[in-house]
Amino acid sequence: MTYDIAIIGAGVAGSYIARECSRYKLKTVLIDGESDVGNQISMANSAIIHAGYDAPSDSLKGRFNAAGCLMYEKVCQDLDVPFKRCGSLVVAHDEFEMLTLHDLYQNGLRNGVPGMQILFQEEVHKLEPNLADDICGALYAPVAGVVSPFEMVAKLAENAVDNGVELKLDTIVESIESNDGYFTLGTNNGEIKSKIIVNAAGLYADDVYELIGEPYFELLARKGQYFIFDKEVGDTVENVIFPCPSKKGKGILVSPTVHGNLLIGPDANPTEKGDISTTQNELNFIKEAALKNVPKVGTMFGKIIRNYAGTRNTPIKTEFTTTDGDFIIEESPVKNLINVAGYESPGLTSIPAVSYYVMNDILLPILEREGIKVEENPDFNPKNKKHIYFKDLSEEEKIEVIKENPKYGKVICRCETITEGEIVDTIHRSAGAKSVKGVKKRCRAGMGRCQGGFCSPRVVEIIARELNIPVEEVNYDLNGKSYILTGETKK
Amino acid sequence: MYDSVVLGGGPAGLAAAIEAKRDGVEDILILERDRELGGILNQCIHNGFGLHTFGEQLTGPEYAERYIDQVHELGIPYYLDTMVLDIEDHGDFKRLHAISEENGYQTIDTKTIILTMGCRERTAGAIGIPGFRPSGIFTAGTAQRYINMEGFLTGKNIVILGSGDIGLIMARRMTLEGANVKAVCELMPYSNGLTRNIVQCLDDYDIPLKLSHTITFIKGKDRIESVIIQKVDENLKPIPGTEEEIPCDTLLLSVGLIPENEISRSAGIEIDNRTSGPIVTELRETSMPGVFAAGNVVQVHDLVDFVSQEAELAGKGVAKFIKDEINQDSGIETKVDQNLSYVVPQKVSLDNADDEITFYMRVRNVEENKKINAYLDGNKIATKRARKFLPAEMVNFTIKKSKFVDGAKELEFKLED
Repeated sequence: MTYDIAIIGAGVAGSYIARECSRYKLKTVLIDGESDVGNQISMANSAIIHAGYDAPSDSLKGRFNAAGCLMYEKVCQDLDVPFKRCGSLVVAHDEFEMLTLHDLYQNGLRNGVPGMQILFQEEVHKLEPNLADDICGALYAPVAGVVSPFEMVAKLAENAVDNGVELKLDTIVESIESNDGYFTLGTNNGEIKSKIIVNAAGLYADDVYELIGEPYFELLARKGQYFIFDKEVGDTVENVIFPCPSKKGKGILVSPTVHGNLLIGPDANPTEKGDISTTQNELNFIKEAALKNVPKVGTMFGKIIRNYAGTRNTPIKTEFTTTDGDFIIEESPVKNLINVAGYESPGLTSIPAVSYYVMNDILLPILEREGIKVEENPDFNPKNKKHIYFKDLSEEEKIEVIKENPKYGKVICRCETITEGEIVDTIHRSAGAKSVKGVKKRCRAGMGRCQGGFCSPRVVEIIARELNIPVEEVNYDLNGKSYILTGETKK
Repeated sequence: MYDSVVLGGGPAGLAAAIEAKRDGVEDILILERDRELGGILNQCIHNGFGLHTFGEQLTGPEYAERYIDQVHELGIPYYLDTMVLDIEDHGDFKRLHAISEENGYQTIDTKTIILTMGCRERTAGAIGIPGFRPSGIFTAGTAQRYINMEGFLTGKNIVILGSGDIGLIMARRMTLEGANVKAVCELMPYSNGLTRNIVQCLDDYDIPLKLSHTITFIKGKDRIESVIIQKVDENLKPIPGTEEEIPCDTLLLSVGLIPENEISRSAGIEIDNRTSGPIVTELRETSMPGVFAAGNVVQVHDLVDFVSQEAELAGKGVAKFIKDEINQDSGIETKVDQNLSYVVPQKVSLDNADDEITFYMRVRNVEENKKINAYLDGNKIATKRARKFLPAEMVNFTIKKSKFVDGAKELEFKLED
């Protein structure tokens, strides 16, 4: 099979761009080395849709952040992804930090962030009663929000596939060659030929690029660690609470999640690619840092249900580098190869705007240049099949849903009230769940306070039944490597 | 309208329903979220259950069977695979919202409710073990379910964190299935399991129990590959330089149990932060009149026999409630000193009590040659002696009703020399 466009990396960037491509009659393939979409950077992050006042206005980050933020309602409605504009506060403890807030405010204006306000002490505490007493002001951005990043990627990939994109998982690109106007991608899963490559390989985008191009950027893995708290304390804050930003980043935030938990983190420390381990010292640091803005967190450590770490892919300045910490979104020196690299925060927020830009300002001109005829896909449907979040339905709706499909009457995950109907649905969707973690990411079974203790045996059983595979072949995550069961007991 | 609906068909729910029925409560319904009655007993295939209740050693399923048989004999109806979503208090009756594949969405009205939802296990996330988050990490109870009920093994080289009873039982169970249990690590300088389980499950199989040790890192990106264990000091902080790496493909956690009271909380029932269970009276009535609670949802028990006993109190309570025989004036509040972690019941009304009242409590640390004294409004009225008090073993302290005086306000338990 020869494709027009091969997208390497099925994180939020690759999946979103794939969906943009599916608006046209193009042969597009979306490739990922993992066994599921959105399984690395897109899976473990702060899940925040930033308002857009942070990045310099002359950077790509500054250009796309605010625009992406404002596009979120529509895409989340279309894709049926939980999203909430909860607002954010950057808090200041002294007059110097207040000055920073004013700078951010001015920068936000330049970037086109609507509705910002500088709030003073009383207003801040009225809005967020649990903030530290010494907080003297805050930059309030009502457009900031929180999203479910796992569902976002899964639903993007689903929509892309439903609109004609081919998805190849468990496919690691090992070599790239160019001849006769085509790229040939050597993978562990056979050869893939394509006219154009979009390199959205996240943390590995530099390695992928260097399979064919001379290095001109380098990505530094910076690890961030987090804690998730039980929903019981999910209402500790209503807005995302940021400290005043520093050179190191946005600092340790305290944030509601779109599903009603509370999240604190992340720190930022250089690490090796692939290292998503949490570490005691850094976890302790996060707890301490969170206390500075929300002292009440100190009484809640008994309500922690999980810690996790994710990595950012920060472009670093080397002798070859063309950017300084900004996104790299361009046709690379290798013709017909587009890099979407160094795609760190605010990448999740910016992606609706970035994808539009990649499609209209980069891909379409290249397709035209290469003489590939591009027609709109008349069958393109931006909407996904409605996801039934059973727990959120009214009593009448619950009655109806169970009548229609009794499997919605069987609760599998007690903590999150997730029914068998929802689990079966996520398995059978395009780009659907094939593993326990896949189910967890898409419908939250196992995401609650017991962390799958009660439901994982049931989820394993349902996956095996629906995919028609033996129970022992059901994986937690990566195919074959993250096995759960090792065989049958003695008879 | 039911007289009573029991939330959970485990040992507590079964015993409560049976007792209520025997005491004259007519229309009782048991709602069970799992596929069968019996609760966690179904996966506890080892013996040692029932010594107090039946004077013989039964396995978990056998113990459950005795109660399930009685439920059948008494004709108490039950729904399986049924989850209660919500409890609404309508004053003189309660309305339950429940769903199941078989019966769809149901609203069930009842005069009383008995909460017997049991408890859940603490997880790796709850105790915050750093490292990777691969497959192969199970709570001991989940592994027990896989092995004893589903018929699957979870791994071959095992490390167990926590020496709670389920962890100890699983050390033996996995050994019998051919697995190599490399160590049981316990953060505290003493085990949190029953002594008999340490002897029968670890010592008999030469499985090392590493006291004052914890796991400080989990390795393995996809499947767990090893754990780093470390000695801890008297403040339970890991001691640098004592790291030891143990290769394994499975980590079992037996690090505590938490009463499952989410539905109690959302119904507005008052919870005791010390037990994480509802505040209850001598008849196990909660802060919501007509709602009773018993078993691990009230306090984490170590023996099922005591769960059954507590559930019988709740069953009796429901019967009295239906006959309008409960004095709602709860009278005496109970409290404990800093050496004891909690006491149940938290409230006592002498009018409702039998000839004697049993109080359940736990010590915070291992205590030798001490006694627990009970003070009624400052006057010592009873003493409980034991050669040794262990945090792992619930203390039952029975006091005769005749020792109490009318009008008393406070009963305090103190650990003393």
